Amino acid sequence: MSAPAIPVPAAVEARAPGEVRRGGWIIRITVAVIVVLWLVPTLGVLITSFRPEDLVVSSGWWTALAHPFRAAEWTLENYSAALDAAGFGNAFMNSLAVAIPSTVIPITIAAFAAYAFSWMDFRGRYVMFVAVVGLLVVPLQMALIPILRLYADGATLFGLRIFPDLELNGTFLGVWLAHTGFGLPLATYLLRNYIGSLPSSIIESAKIDGADHFTIFWRLIIPLSVPALAAFAIFQFLWVWNDLLVAYVFLGGSRQNQVLTMALRNLLGGRGEDWQVLTAAAFISMSLPLVVFFSLQRYFVRGLTAGAVKG
Amino acid sequence: MTTSTNPGQSGPGVLAEPPPAAGRAVGVFLLRLLSALAIPVVAFAVLWATFDYLRDENANRAIVVVVALVVGVGGVFFLYWGMNRVVAYLPERLREGVRPYIFVGPALVILSVFLVYPVINTILISFKDAQSQSYVGLENFRFVFTDHDMLVSIRNTAGWIIIVPLFSVTIGLAFATLADRLRRGEAVAKSLIFLPMAISFAGASITWRLIYSFRPPGFGSNIGLLNGIMIGSGQDPIAWLQQQPWNNFLLMVIMIWMQTGFAMVVLSAAIKAIPLEIIEAARIDGASEMQVFRKIIVPSILPTVVVVTTYMVINALKVFDIVFIMGNAESDGTVVIAERMIDWFFVGLNYGRGAAIAVVLFVAIVPVMIWNIRQFREQELTR
Repeated sequence: MSAPAIPVPAAVEARAPGEVRRGGWIIRITVAVIVVLWLVPTLGVLITSFRPEDLVVSSGWWTALAHPFRAAEWTLENYSAALDAAGFGNAFMNSLAVAIPSTVIPITIAAFAAYAFSWMDFRGRYVMFVAVVGLLVVPLQMALIPILRLYADGATLFGLRIFPDLELNGTFLGVWLAHTGFGLPLATYLLRNYIGSLPSSIIESAKIDGADHFTIFWRLIIPLSVPALAAFAIFQFLWVWNDLLVAYVFLGGSRQNQVLTMALRNLLGGRGEDWQVLTAAAFISMSLPLVVFFSLQRYFVRGLTAGAVKG
Repeated sequence: MTTSTNPGQSGPGVLAEPPPAAGRAVGVFLLRLLSALAIPVVAFAVLWATFDYLRDENANRAIVVVVALVVGVGGVFFLYWGMNRVVAYLPERLREGVRPYIFVGPALVILSVFLVYPVINTILISFKDAQSQSYVGLENFRFVFTDHDMLVSIRNTAGWIIIVPLFSVTIGLAFATLADRLRRGEAVAKSLIFLPMAISFAGASITWRLIYSFRPPGFGSNIGLLNGIMIGSGQDPIAWLQQQPWNNFLLMVIMIWMQTGFAMVVLSAAIKAIPLEIIEAARIDGASEMQVFRKIIVPSILPTVVVVTTYMVINALKVFDIVFIMGNAESDGTVVIAERMIDWFFVGLNYGRGAAIAVVLFVAIVPVMIWNIRQFREQELTR
């Protein structure tokens, strides 16, 4: 590095090589300030969700911090109200029924495709993969109406029925397939980056030992790719769990079928000022993603950056 | 010269015995096509079989979840396994030619149905009228570029794609650099910044309403944090979300809050991948911390910065939920392109206009897509 010739300060000379320079108070305070700024909004929700209604409407949530040990300041009633009255228990189950298959199916399909793109020889593999990369940026919104119509009426080409009339609207199956389609480009791209970067020597030696592609994939590639698979699983799960648009369009807003985000939105529309129930409901909807995130975050970082950082 | 090269000459031998190479090529092609289609079709049939049950609205939700799990997790993998067994019975010559298509086929079929077909279909609809009955030429596109709300939404979206990535990446980079120097607590600090990523847009908008909330005098006390600060400092409360055009920025803050964590995590990993020796060498040569940052860290992580920024730009271009939930976009002047599209599709019920807006959005993304592919090619060359 050709830094301008600056006289070497004594302090630098005194430092042993290899020692990482650590920050002082300024850095620590700056980091703390940003963290607090980032936490304040969530903290407001958390506190409001535990306060009784009359206090919520009459004073800001931050006033509760002034006397945190006064029992009259806190209640659990909002959570039972959200779970019972607003149907959040049912919505929670629906969200699970949507999110788990919508995570597993695209990962399975993408993992097989990523393996083929990395380690199998066939004509057009490069063109096919470039097409997948290109599809990464198709806006989800663009696909909604055609697919909605495909589900309702099927498709015909020159009078010939090429896609049957399946009446998938309002079903879990319809939502799973839609999420699978929308999640596949990113899944294939990330997994291809990871699987393609595994050392070719282990795959060659497995072939010499007589393993076929399916065995190599199942016994070798899948175990080695756990970080990438887990990273994408978290990413897709958070995305599906937090999605409102796809669920709204394909599952509809019926009370039986509604997912958590839909229930939240209905609650927001119906009782826009019932802050104590709204915040409790919001926290119920955040709970699972937060658990998933905090328990698996080390995979998240490792797997997601495996392809990107090398760039 | 054999007779098979001349199709015009109709001898009995020619008809009975087509050129073996061409015949096999067609056979292989059909096998490939079949194997690519088999898994999606069979999978669909399996899912369809459990269908009546899953559709039953009164079914026990716990059982539905379990069925979904078993069918989704086990079913798809089992299908690949089964198809692989079927291919194993093919003659050896064909086997290796067909097998890749079992692996790739399902992905390609699903992508064609859910992304390629819709893109083509939307482009066609954009040239038709509200109910897609007849073609109206460029009428819908004229609307996109003349309607007042549309023009406002284009202006606002331009703001979103510049401001959100700029702030997310800058703050993310600054935080990653600073947190790297903490003696301890780096992981905790980073997790807390990342936390909003796990929150839905619906949850986030409730969160931020507690910050921006406003009540006019006489309609109860103000419980929003910003107005709490205003009152605390002796000023009048403000209806934050109605302050045009600044309310747009207040909505962007929500997205910045949610996405900075992602930028920070990826950039932090890139910074940690820089060999320590290079940084140490520069320090020994007398480079200041600022010089190390500008001349070593930034150039080394530039590719990652570019990737993250692209991702943010695409997300900002597609932003919909925040604007949709946070109030009345039309009267507040906070409309964005994607929100206009949904509005015309589902509220205005004008498919032609909705599709035209979608096409404009898509065209805006095409340069990013081309760049994305080019970037990928370069990466492949340096692998």
